[in-house]
Amino acid sequence: MRVPILKQGDYVIASIQSALTDDDLMQLRDGLTAHVGRYRSKGVIVDVTALDVMDSFATRTVRDLAQMVRLRGAKTIIVGIQPEVAFAMVQLGLELGDVGTALDLEEALEWLHHECH
Amino acid sequence: MNAIDTYLEGGPAIPIVRDTDVVTARLAARALASRVGFTGTDLVLIASVVSEVARNIVAYAGPGEVVLSVVQSRARLGLQVIARDQGPGIADLSRALEKGFSTSRSLGLGLTGSKRFMDEFSLESTLGSGTTVTMRKWLS
Repeated sequence: MRVPILKQGDYVIASIQSALTDDDLMQLRDGLTAHVGRYRSKGVIVDVTALDVMDSFATRTVRDLAQMVRLRGAKTIIVGIQPEVAFAMVQLGLELGDVGTALDLEEALEWLHHECH
Repeated sequence: MNAIDTYLEGGPAIPIVRDTDVVTARLAARALASRVGFTGTDLVLIASVVSEVARNIVAYAGPGEVVLSVVQSRARLGLQVIARDQGPGIADLSRALEKGFSTSRSLGLGLTGSKRFMDEFSLESTLGSGTTVTMRKWLS
């Protein structure tokens, strides 16, 4: 299941549509990192609303993604972590570190606008 | 492990070979858990736990399988997850359950996190002949 990556001005938005395999997640990470370089994007938004779980691999891949994007000079924000998923992550001791998060796309765009300008 | 009165429903073994099988197993676990009566965070936790044990099989010990069953003990219903492989086995079982221990690409929280959340957890491993993780979560 490939995740579509949309360009929106200075930002790129990846909206996950369904459960993803580990390979899908790694492709998304690499695709977004490449995209930031190609289009000189300033911010990356990953919408995880439809993601069924954020297990250890997903959490680590998102952290890696944010770190790679940061090293390429841009910011990452994760949008739409569902309340049950958030609760499960805490129970399992999984942490996103200092990766930015927002409730919805609008808030994410506001945050990026604030961070990147 | 406590005694079980009845196996109400034993699902077919889900073969675990590649990473798409991890998704198949966790979606099946979520669907069966939902039929048992689990809701909300429990569904996500059950799916996460199955994802971790299935990923362990792919990363270290494939091929293997995950078997999901509905179980009953006294008046309680529960979900049983068995993940087994014929891989190399785990050399140091207590270390495998330590928080932060991982020899592969996960965070090393897979088994510890799973053990903490599930009501019953057993890990059996024989060097050279494989590992079986058996877990149960009871509906409260």
